[in-house]
Amino acid sequence: MKTKTIIEQTMKTTFFLCGMLTIVITFGIAVYMVISGIPAIREIGLSDFLFGQVWNPTGAEPQFGILPFILTSVYATLGAIAIGVPIGLATAIFLAKVAPPKVAAAVNTAVELLAGIPSVVYGFVGMIVLVPLVMNVFNLRNGATLFSAILVLSIMILPGIINVSRTALAAVPREYEEASYALGATKVETICKVSVPAAKSGIAAGIVLGIGRAVGETMAVILVAGNVANMPELFGSVRSLTMAIAGEMSYATGFHRNVLFSIGLVLFVFILLINLTLNLILKRGGAKR
Amino acid sequence: MKRRLSIKRRVYSGALTGFMYLAVGIAVAALIGIIGFVLYRGLGHITWEFLTTARSALRNTVGILPNILYTLYIIFTTLLIALPLGIGAAIYLNEYAAKRRLVRFIEFVIELLAGIPSIIFGLIGVLFFIQAMGMRRPSLLVGALTLSILVLPTIVRTTQEALKTVPAAYREGAFALGATKWYMIRTIILPASADGIVGGTILAVGRMVGESAALLFTAGMGYALVTNYFEALQTAGGTLTVMLFVYITEHGDFDTAFAIASVLLIIVLLLNIGVKLVKRRLKKI
Amino acid sequence: MKKKRTVLISLLTAALFLLTACNSGNNVLLSGSTSVERVISSLIEAFNEDHPDIILTFNPTGSGAGITSAQEGTADIGLSSRPLRESETGVDATIFAIDGLALVVHPDNPVTNLTIEQLYGIYSGEITNWSDVGGKDAPITTIGREAGSGSRGAFDDIIGVESPRHDQELTSGGAIITAVATNPYAIGYASLSAVGNSVKILTVDGVPITEETLRDGTYPVARPFIFMTQSGTELSEGAQAFLAFIQSDEATAIIANAGVVQMR
Repeated sequence: MKTKTIIEQTMKTTFFLCGMLTIVITFGIAVYMVISGIPAIREIGLSDFLFGQVWNPTGAEPQFGILPFILTSVYATLGAIAIGVPIGLATAIFLAKVAPPKVAAAVNTAVELLAGIPSVVYGFVGMIVLVPLVMNVFNLRNGATLFSAILVLSIMILPGIINVSRTALAAVPREYEEASYALGATKVETICKVSVPAAKSGIAAGIVLGIGRAVGETMAVILVAGNVANMPELFGSVRSLTMAIAGEMSYATGFHRNVLFSIGLVLFVFILLINLTLNLILKRGGAKR
Repeated sequence: MKRRLSIKRRVYSGALTGFMYLAVGIAVAALIGIIGFVLYRGLGHITWEFLTTARSALRNTVGILPNILYTLYIIFTTLLIALPLGIGAAIYLNEYAAKRRLVRFIEFVIELLAGIPSIIFGLIGVLFFIQAMGMRRPSLLVGALTLSILVLPTIVRTTQEALKTVPAAYREGAFALGATKWYMIRTIILPASADGIVGGTILAVGRMVGESAALLFTAGMGYALVTNYFEALQTAGGTLTVMLFVYITEHGDFDTAFAIASVLLIIVLLLNIGVKLVKRRLKKI
Repeated sequence: MKKKRTVLISLLTAALFLLTACNSGNNVLLSGSTSVERVISSLIEAFNEDHPDIILTFNPTGSGAGITSAQEGTADIGLSSRPLRESETGVDATIFAIDGLALVVHPDNPVTNLTIEQLYGIYSGEITNWSDVGGKDAPITTIGREAGSGSRGAFDDIIGVESPRHDQELTSGGAIITAVATNPYAIGYASLSAVGNSVKILTVDGVPITEETLRDGTYPVARPFIFMTQSGTELSEGAQAFLAFIQSDEATAIIANAGVVQMR
């Protein structure tokens, strides 16, 4: 009996430690990001760092303004959302409300596959197919632009948006829709005015998820966005926060390297805000039900 | 019921329905387009030699055997670290933790961890494992440690879900028979949720196979053929996805890149089927 | 049962850490310039024929990263494809080869020669049309390497541009060749060893890029291949043996085969 209690206790402690470790790891990451990111920001000055328009880390007089990266990340994300959300939402509606079960299952499989494709593959196909296409269609000197990045990102955020919105739409009680039909509304009207509003917190969660994915994406955009630290233009070569870290991490030394950690911190704060928003949306949606 | 709708309402419905089909078409076409294009350009370059040799600069041949091995080593090592940890955390959350608020807090933290982009994990790998822990240089072990943190949320969440599907009656029955908690977990809960845990593990493996940003600076980009597992752990080596990136950007060798991309897509496809099969078995029970 | 397994797993994990901590010395990491890739991979292969027990891994990270890794000791051997700057200290550097940077344009481009001044004009953004350098009336798309690249560092130094105007920044010579081959307006530069026949190579100041012009120094856009080790640190046996091999007679033919000229 005694050994049994000892085993019980050790197992309980072990599992408790496992649970705690996840907290420690997450906070460890946060603390590490802050500790390694703050010094460089202090030295440059927060406003010069965040709003400086010139990034020239290796020049004789280095300049570390990351506004071009921040704006690129923001624009690319907004663009991807503007294209990806309507497509994703419409597909989710199709899957949850319109498609016959067999078709829905097939499209669903396709969406799941789309989610599993490595981001480098997206970037690679974008680089080979999309970049020359953008160059020819818009008659540019160079097709690796913010626009190409937006197109690639909008495909990449589709699976997340579709999955979350579809689940939310499927959870709308049938009575709501039946009541709408009984009042003489068409299927489209019912979906637009009853189902979608009823599932709006879930859909919002899907959109926020998509924003998170687009902001954090690195390897796909690095292949299609041109990689020059310009202030962003739709048809110009750009560099985002993630691209700046991935592109310069390997060779940066000393202060330059510290600045990359600061960029990491900025990205981390962005993601944190996005996740907190997501949590808030989900909580409010949950409370309502 | 068959009343005629006003023109405005018909146009509205028609336009939105049309848009919906267009959207579905785009999503499906993107998938078929990407997969079809990659396989079309890549399958022809996959040969027996390509899969079973290392890249040779002297003979001017390409091969990805080292990278296949590296990928397997990294998956194995990561699972070795992350599975016990993740399953342990999930068991704690689901079976032991009494305070609801603590559980909710941990779940919230895990959600946060899941939302962090992989490039940040790459930075953390460099900062923590290479600089602070004094491991000094990129290696498969550093990569695996970094990936362990990255896949932890996936494993915790899927395990939790699997544990939740075990009916409460099982637990009550076991307690009624006088079983201790650990005995109950070991003999009833874990076996009953094994399929779900396996499904989650496959998901995690998929994540590892597709990962590149977190591995670039932690695991490296080498391609020396190392067959000894322990020796390999200290070697800087690129997984298949990292090598795909290297072939695109460093070598500019697109034929090989398409071949690697095809291999990756086939792996992703197989993993997907794996998850499907597990899910189907779950439904039957 | 499970507990035993848990203990076993934690022991194993601890063992993994220990194993990594004490590097056996036969595992040598090289890190640096992507331009050196072909030469260094050939050398590693040839070396491994006689020393199969030594594992040499090359991490193609770029010259800047190569220098950093040698300074910090995060690699045994760093590789650079540009001369070191005065500020880059703490390493013992040795030139082992000379490489030419080929200037490449689309095969349909009628231009065959550019002077260093014209290159300065193009990459500083003063010249933006091919007609200004004897070509068709068409815009010039400048393609360059990323800031940490040795090719970029060497090229910018030679033509005298401090912060070049790039339409596209790519991370390898191979990627530049591909971009130039698919864009009729483009100009780019890459290690001669990376250039195939998908693009046209220009002469610079009238000098073609050949083994002779590289050896006698008349081709102006050339740069050294350098290997570096951390000053004051003793190299492992494996690394020493490999560095000796690089500078030996045996290596001459291998280096030449990879498209560059050995220097000793």
